[in-house]
Amino acid sequence: MDLVLQLLFTGIGIGAVYALVALGFVLIFRATNVVNFAQGEFSMVAAYLMVVFSVDLGWPYWLSFLIALGGMALLGVIFNLGVYYPLRHRTFLPVIIATIGASILLSNSVLAIYGPQPQVLQGWFDTPGIQLGPVYLDSQYLLIIAVTIALVFFNYWFFEKTLLGKKLQATSQDKEMASLLGISVSTMIMITFIYSAVLGGLAGILVAPVLFVSIQMGSTIALKAFAATIIGGFGDVAGAIIGGLALGVIETFGAAYISVPYKDGFAFLVLVAFLIFRPQGIFGERVAEKA
Amino acid sequence: MSAPSDNMPIPAPAVRSKPLLIRHLPYFIGAAILVALAAGLRFDGYVLNILLQATTFSIAVFGLSVVLGLCGQINLAQAAFFGLGAYAVGLGTTDLHLSFWLCLVGGCVIALLAGAFLGMSTLRLGGHYLAMVTISFQQIVTLVMINAIWLTRGPDGVPNIRRPELFQTSQSYLAFCVAMLAIVGYLVWHLSDTKLGRAMRAVRDNELAAGVNGIDVFRTKIYAFALCALLGGLAGGLFAGGFAYVSPDQFSFAESIVFLTMSLLGGVASPIGSAIGTGLLILIPEWLRFLKSVPGLYLAIYGLFVILIIRFMPDGIWGFVADAFNRWRAHTKAPPAAAPLELKPATVGGEYVLEVTGLSKHFGGLKAVDGVDIAVKRGGVHALIGPNGSGKTTTLNVLSGLYEATSGRIVLDGTDITHMPPHRRTAAGLGRTFQNIRLFRSMTALENVEIGAERPGNTMIGKGEDALTERAMEALNFVGLGNRANELISSFSYGHQRLIEIARALAANPTLLLLDEPAAGLNSTEKLELHELLKRIAAQGLTILIIDHDMTLVSEAAQHITVLNFGRRIADGESMAVLRHPDVVSAYLGSE
Repeated sequence: MDLVLQLLFTGIGIGAVYALVALGFVLIFRATNVVNFAQGEFSMVAAYLMVVFSVDLGWPYWLSFLIALGGMALLGVIFNLGVYYPLRHRTFLPVIIATIGASILLSNSVLAIYGPQPQVLQGWFDTPGIQLGPVYLDSQYLLIIAVTIALVFFNYWFFEKTLLGKKLQATSQDKEMASLLGISVSTMIMITFIYSAVLGGLAGILVAPVLFVSIQMGSTIALKAFAATIIGGFGDVAGAIIGGLALGVIETFGAAYISVPYKDGFAFLVLVAFLIFRPQGIFGERVAEKA
Repeated sequence: MSAPSDNMPIPAPAVRSKPLLIRHLPYFIGAAILVALAAGLRFDGYVLNILLQATTFSIAVFGLSVVLGLCGQINLAQAAFFGLGAYAVGLGTTDLHLSFWLCLVGGCVIALLAGAFLGMSTLRLGGHYLAMVTISFQQIVTLVMINAIWLTRGPDGVPNIRRPELFQTSQSYLAFCVAMLAIVGYLVWHLSDTKLGRAMRAVRDNELAAGVNGIDVFRTKIYAFALCALLGGLAGGLFAGGFAYVSPDQFSFAESIVFLTMSLLGGVASPIGSAIGTGLLILIPEWLRFLKSVPGLYLAIYGLFVILIIRFMPDGIWGFVADAFNRWRAHTKAPPAAAPLELKPATVGGEYVLEVTGLSKHFGGLKAVDGVDIAVKRGGVHALIGPNGSGKTTTLNVLSGLYEATSGRIVLDGTDITHMPPHRRTAAGLGRTFQNIRLFRSMTALENVEIGAERPGNTMIGKGEDALTERAMEALNFVGLGNRANELISSFSYGHQRLIEIARALAANPTLLLLDEPAAGLNSTEKLELHELLKRIAAQGLTILIIDHDMTLVSEAAQHITVLNFGRRIADGESMAVLRHPDVVSAYLGSE
């Protein structure tokens, strides 16, 4: 029983990271109808920026954190201008191929610069964690969960209560109508890319102390996050979060009770099962193209 | 040159097309020369290895040209399928001591089954899912290759893989691989002009239109995907025999990306492009070996290439060449012969072609169509009218199977089609056009109409490609566009595109033709021509159900009118009487 609780805590912690990245997926998907296959690389790049500033240069953690997030915002701008924007009038296939190209470019550029050796990043807190009854609560996992909860509320407030959030929603639902109402669609899409790059970066920085900082961390997280969005219901914010948490828990238990080397495979098995039996996910509705 | 009058036969050019094998003889002669060169020239080991790699990789990339180029579906796991074939040969010839040939076939079958399974679980959904699921599959295969040591020998890989007795020397094995490349290349090249290939292209261009033209979209995609996996498996098997050693890192996700880049660079739509792309991307890294000394650098460049190619050269290197060639060919090819179009709508003899009873379509709480009855008499023009938002197009979409009916029954010429998918309704005799034109944009007018003519159950075409072309030409002549048959859709005006869509439906010889606002966006001359066309169609006994807002057209063309408002039928009967009906007048003009 103690082990179960411990695994549950760890699973939710890691699931919260998937949920954060999944949130970034969903935001870009809703704004542009495109799945950004480089979303995971945002996390990876942010984690490496932390390593550069906090570890290599020895700057304060909070300063490195702000610089890394600023770097991510810049990357979001470059990504939009270089990859998405020129292709915005093409069908989705060229666009996803371009984002896959960007993902390869980002991860291998970092590999070329930094080499294949995984890096270590300290957690935010000096205390490693607290013992609560039978369960040991790792401080970094607690932070991840807290940030995810805070971001869920922030997202709700931002998209439902602010004018900018409503403009973003309008753009994602009907670009032509939004532009007729005087909303600058290209600005809204730019903001979406910046926001989701920062979100992905945040997830990367949070998870880095738990995992190693490596080239592969981006694609691994991104695949899980994508699986989470499908499990939750594609394009659904709540679904992405529930899906992410569920996946984290399933994976942690699978690793503990079934097999460690195949840990990364469980997510995909769950994904395929959902695709076959409930492709619309937990919360999604079936959508049909209009004739 | 004046346009041929609408339905006049054009004198037939005397030349019949020669048998396929003779027309393609130059290809086979060229291939034979290449095989002979591969067998006869003396290469050193280094060159031999590069050639062997290029040959086997090309076959795998051919697979991508089928699934991505022809069918527009993505596959990011080609290296995994390649690996399945390679490990089948690797483990089969070493651990199991089986014959090379048996292992090669076994590897192909395993790859095919894996591809078909993946396709069946994912292809109903959009391309994003497919991209992610193929990446996931790739990761799982890699995980198994590394961790299932009892089966795959783990990260160390499999050495001492055997070749067939017949091709023991590297030189003869290379010749064998080149021969395989030539055969597969021929099949893939020829595929796009077969029924299956046309179906794939139709699916790529417009899934909805493909469905209502009688193509089983889901099955076509699975065929494309499974074929791609099969070619991956074959290529992998050949690769394993050639290099005698396989290990998991040769079949990683990075390799899938390399395959994708090869395909995009050369030109995704053609096997020649695939071969060019493969050759270049194997040779260039050899010339730039220093790039490989920095890990990641050359893959980073590949990633950059992918972005640049997609943006600036979407059709790849071969796309440029082929474009120029096609333009030249299109002008030299004379339109083939064509008799007047004959429409022989099938009939089981009842008074009504279409009987719709209690048809409803609800979207959540919205009752877009609510208990509508329509009975369409054989051999007439029946109009379905109503103000905007009255449920006309929804009705048409339920009739053609794009939406599933919430309740009600649809009987077409004695067959209950209520629960059929779109392509089976088309096979049962339904033809339709779309309000927003849905043509296959990468194809010529003739090819579009050929796909229509190819509908399963069309009794008006004989066997073979020539009969198909003839039927399509008849339909194009019928709408007056026969002399422009070989032009791409984009070169036609909006009004002409509508006519091509009608020709596509007519070529299928439907039992009932559904026209969704055919007059929308046409100028007054074009509307008159459309009216004439409808008359000529009706004169041949084909029943038409038309939706339109143009009251002049509707009242002149239709003998019978059904009026919808707010999803319900408010009037039904003989045209003039219905148009004077007070409910209809108030629905259109408002009541006092």
